[in-house]
Amino acid sequence: MIQQLVMYEEELQQINRVCEVLQKDSNARAVLVIDKNGQAIAQAGDVQELDVTSLSSLTAGNVAATGGIAQLLAEKEFAGQFHEGEKTNVHISIVGARVILVVLFDERSSLGLVRLRVRKAAAELTTTLEVMVKKSQSGSQPSVFSEITDDDIDNLFND
Amino acid sequence: MSFINYSSREINCKIVYYGPGLCGKTTNLQYIYNKTNPEAKGKMISLATETERTLFFDFLPLSLGEIRGFKTRFHLYTVPGQVFYDASRKLILKGVDGVVYVGDSQMERMEANIESLENLRSNLQEQGYDLDKLPYVVQYNKRDLPNAISMAELEEALNPTKVPSFEAVAPKGVGVFDTLKAVAKLVLTELRKGG
Repeated sequence: MIQQLVMYEEELQQINRVCEVLQKDSNARAVLVIDKNGQAIAQAGDVQELDVTSLSSLTAGNVAATGGIAQLLAEKEFAGQFHEGEKTNVHISIVGARVILVVLFDERSSLGLVRLRVRKAAAELTTTLEVMVKKSQSGSQPSVFSEITDDDIDNLFND
Repeated sequence: MSFINYSSREINCKIVYYGPGLCGKTTNLQYIYNKTNPEAKGKMISLATETERTLFFDFLPLSLGEIRGFKTRFHLYTVPGQVFYDASRKLILKGVDGVVYVGDSQMERMEANIESLENLRSNLQEQGYDLDKLPYVVQYNKRDLPNAISMAELEEALNPTKVPSFEAVAPKGVGVFDTLKAVAKLVLTELRKGG
């Protein structure tokens, strides 16, 4: 019943690489890749000061709400959003209908440049995501869960 | 939808607290937040109105420890209970791995309880889920109030499928962690089945 999204080393490295290139090429402060359900997947740039977990959950909530508005207006979805702040701007786009690509940037960059670079990064991410989803669904990879015992689960709650 | 990251060795799951307005969903999360070690929790986010009614959701990220070298992280969400926020409730159910239904034990809230439970079932269906197949537990909150009705009556009205259920007084923490542990266990057990 529960669907799983499984991330393996190879795809994560590819996603990280796309994030790093995008962050450099767009002169952005930081780049985040977030699952539509609010889980942080990858990040690049100046993220030490950021609360990535909270940002991921709120961004996913925001995208979900915007998607809800789109449906009410008989739109498929709004593919992108832009929030303009005094110092930091946020560019949010949906990639491959599955993940959210967030670019945080300041006056060292511009919306035009970010948009341009995001387009290229989104195409690369889409390819990686397709592979990842196929792997998740095929279940061909060994699962850590098949070895988990009732005791393992109980032990989590013993403290 | 659980998210398993083999690279960072993490398991991420989403649990949603559902129930009628003012039943104590946010109070559950606040108690968990207050009683959890700082290193095991992230920031609690409440998107609420000025009168502290949940507007969109509350969010609390929680680490429960490791299973076979994998960190288990649970993302706890509440929905806004008020009837007219139904569109928001549907959004929050997306990707859910486990559900806690929080019922209000007061006699005068029984109608709201039943309505909310039916709403949960139909909103899940809309997203392609079947409540009977999801990890799911029930909590009867506000057991300390004088107008609380009997457990037998609550069980009959709100728990026909006899899933694990717990009595609670959320502000004092009674039943709060028992409920969380029960649903977390069910989620992990379900993951193992699927794995």
